[in-house]
This record gives sequence, C-alpha cells and structure tokens, in this order.
Amino acid sequence: MTTTAILLEKVSVRYRIPRERIGSLKEYAIRRLKRRLYFDEFEALREVSLEVSGGETVGVVGRNGAGKSTLLRLIARVMPPTAGRVVVWGRTAPLLELGLGFHGELTGRENVMLQGALLGFSRAEMRRRTPRIVEWAELEEFIDAPVRTYSTGMAARLAFSVATDVEPDILLVDEALAVGDERFQVKCHARIEDFRKAGKTVFLVSHALSAVRENCRRAIWIHEGRLVRDGDSASVTELYHGWSIGEPVALPQAL
Amino acid sequence: MSASEVLLRPGPVPLYDSAASRSRALEEARALWVYRGLVHELVVRDIKVRYKRSVLGIAWTMLAPLLNMVALTLVFSTILKQQITNYPVFFMTGAIFWAFFSQTTSTAASQTQDSNEIAKRIYIPRSVFVASAVGVGLVNLALSIVPLLIILVVTHFPIYTTWAFLPVAVFIEALFAAGVGLWLFTFASRFSDVREMYTVIVQTWFFLTPIVYHPAIVPAKFRFALWLNPLYYLVQIFRKPVYDGVLPSAALLGVSVAISVVTFVSGWIYFSNRAERFAFQNG
Repeated sequence: MTTTAILLEKVSVRYRIPRERIGSLKEYAIRRLKRRLYFDEFEALREVSLEVSGGETVGVVGRNGAGKSTLLRLIARVMPPTAGRVVVWGRTAPLLELGLGFHGELTGRENVMLQGALLGFSRAEMRRRTPRIVEWAELEEFIDAPVRTYSTGMAARLAFSVATDVEPDILLVDEALAVGDERFQVKCHARIEDFRKAGKTVFLVSHALSAVRENCRRAIWIHEGRLVRDGDSASVTELYHGWSIGEPVALPQAL
Repeated sequence: MSASEVLLRPGPVPLYDSAASRSRALEEARALWVYRGLVHELVVRDIKVRYKRSVLGIAWTMLAPLLNMVALTLVFSTILKQQITNYPVFFMTGAIFWAFFSQTTSTAASQTQDSNEIAKRIYIPRSVFVASAVGVGLVNLALSIVPLLIILVVTHFPIYTTWAFLPVAVFIEALFAAGVGLWLFTFASRFSDVREMYTVIVQTWFFLTPIVYHPAIVPAKFRFALWLNPLYYLVQIFRKPVYDGVLPSAALLGVSVAISVVTFVSGWIYFSNRAERFAFQNG
C-alpha cells in the first residue's frame, strides 16, 4: 500500500524582481511618491503538478535556472507558492546546503546541537543522537575542535551525518553529494539506499546524471519552470542527456 | 480526481499544506514553540561566540556598565552639578534598562540578513531570531545585576524589598523590546538601510529618555516629549523598585502594560504576515 508523500497541484512561483534594485527605505519612499516602481516578474515554476508516493526516490534534472531548487524550496516549505497548492505528509530534512548555519568558532559538537535545533529537535534529543552522528562522520578525534579548523570534506561529513541521522520522512538533497572524497560519496549513497529501503522518500537534485540513475527509480525533468518529463530515471536521464548535447527532443508544453 | 479526494487518501494530517487557511500569527506562535530549542541554541551560540576568544570573557558584560557609570557619574554629578542623590545607582538602573532595550532591538534589526540566508534554505519560523535577540538581552541584563549590586554595596545603598517586582518590570519591558524588534526585523527584511537608520534613532532616543538625567530637569514646556516617549514609562517601572524603593503606581503600570502589549501584538501580526514575503521579494 502506498500513500502520497508530496502533492503539488498546479503550482506556480513568481518572483518579483524590481527593475532597479531598490534596497533602501529612503529610495523606496521617494519612488513611491513619484509612482515610479517597476517590477519584472520571473516565473520560476509554471503550473507544476506532481504526486510522489512514500518510499519513492525521485531525481530532478534540468538546466541551471530551470526551477529545480525552487521546487525543493517549496517542498521544504521554505517559501510559499504564488499559485497552486503544496501538501507534504511527513517531516522533511533538507540537505540543501551542507554546513548551513555552521559557526566556525564553535566546536563540532556545539555545531551538531545547533544544526539539530535548526531541524527542530530538542536538546535532549540531540544529545542522545550526537555519539552516533559523530561516529558516522568519523570525526571522533576532532569533534571538540572549532569547526573553522575542519576541512571542507570534514564539515560536509558532519552536516550530512546530522541531516540524515534525524530520520526525516522526506530527504531533500540538492547537489550536496558533489563534495567529499570517494569514501564519503560511497557512504552517502549507501545511506540514501538505506533510506529508500526504510520506505522514506528521497528527492535528489543533481547535475550528475549518474547519481540520479544510481539513487533514483523515478526522474522528472524541469525545463523553464515546466515539468516536461516524468518517468523512470533511466529513460528520463537519457532523454535529457540527449537534449543537452543537441539531439532533437520535442519538449511538450507541460505534462 | 478532485483535490478533496486526494487529501482524504493518505490518512494522517499533512505536516504542511500551503493552502491551509490558518491564521499566520497563530501558526507562527505554534512554530516558535516547537522550535524553542533553536532559540536556546541561538542564545547560547551568541554568548559563546562573543566571549570565546576574549581574555576577560563574560566579565566584559559586567565591566562595561561599570566603566560607563564611572564616566557618566563624573560628567553629570561633578561637571553638570546635577542634584541627584546617589547618582551611580540612579544611573545604573537606567543604564541597565537602556542596554537591554537598545541591544535587543538593534540585534533584531541587524540579524535580518543572516537569518534570511538560513530561512531561505531551511524551514524555521523567523520569529526565533527575534526571540533569541530578546533571550541574549535578558542574559546580559541578568549579568549586569552583578555590577549594580556592587554599586549598592559600595555606596551603602539599601536593597529594598521592592526588588521582588523586578521580574514583572523586566517581563513588561521584554514584551515591548520584542514588539519593536518584530517591527524592525520586518522592515529590515525589505530595506537594507533600516539598520543604519535605527542606530541613529537609538542614539537620539537615549537622550530623549531620562536615563542619565532626572525627568524633573525637563522644562515644563517640553514635558509632552517625555509623555509621548514609551521608554519614559518603562524606565520608571524598572527604576522605582530599585532606586526609590517603591512600587510603580497603578496608573504607571497600566500605561506600561498597555504600551507593551499593543506594540507586541501589532508587531507579531505584522511580522507573521510580512516577514516571509519580504524575504523573497528583496532580490
């Protein structure tokens, strides 16, 4: 029996971009008085409808600026849609940017507590989880050193470890696997596989088509804000790859 | 398949539904409660980071008002020959109150950029940043009670039983500071010059509020400026129990509570409805 985990109904996102950047209140007030405020509207997503069942692994492909990250932001409830509806069942953990909110002066352990809190966990809960997080990240020796002394790979390991240890129902991964050495990448893939087996939903945005094929059964292709292909990851990535290198692929207006 | 059918199927109530029509103000309050652990972490982080690499550490918080007090006592009691009995205690009570208000609100205004960077990538109720600004302010306020006690002991000033009222006074003031912080945070998400503007406002406000001088020296024709200043009432409910040894009058307390509640509630509603929107239109 499958249940819906994510549902998007004709979701559109428009960003309003001021034609001239007005960052100050003074300038805004002056222009407002003169009635000179122009905005360009940029549609990052146009009427995207999508249903993802619990336990599905979905890869998202598309060019830069196609709207992939906006899609993840919507699911992570970081921003509301301009039109349409987004419904999410279950807890999401974004792996949008590794090490977000890490503070260099604080130790690894203190940062784990902070990251956990950013994900909405209590202190007691995080204290319980910390040993396991540290073990997975293989940072036992360094966990009480300030994070500014860490290498990029070490910080990434710690962040990935926190984000996946908190057992979200829906894991959102945005290009996060690109950093770190071979061993780390293998461990990450293994953990995503564990997630999948546990019936969790995984959303993976990546330019590495091989990563999408390896980790996901299903893939969607976003082009200029529209969902243009939705199918098994092998055929969608193949089609997308072909289109990228210039093969003629008919892009439907929208699915 | 209609939307309602789809929603019936998965059983459990969705954790997030963008179309759910709940009050944003209530939603924000509920989310802040869920994320109270984050407020705690942010307060701890702020204090740890500030003192991690400094020699005197936390002592700075206590030393700074003491040094200020010495300088201002010299200026106001020696040079200006102001007649205030035990000026150090008079000044310290005002200064502690002022430091709390100005630090809390300035932090709320200046945190906008950082916090938007985080809040654009991960869901957190934005009010945690204002709450943590208030939290840091309260910790510093508690620490600055130490130098106040030192001054009381050194100058043989009595410690009145009315001190017991202080938590209530602090609560009312925290509510006001939070309200101003919410308004500032929301404005600052939209306009980058709000922070600088507020720095100037705070400086002016300091001199318009009877912190370093006694309200009695204000000429009658300028009294209205005091009456219009919310901090005029709020500083008194903090100062009276410590310096005068009396509880604030019912009228004074009533005005203070009214100002704080109105500022906080309006700030909360405005913030809940606008802060998120402003963050994304800024680009």
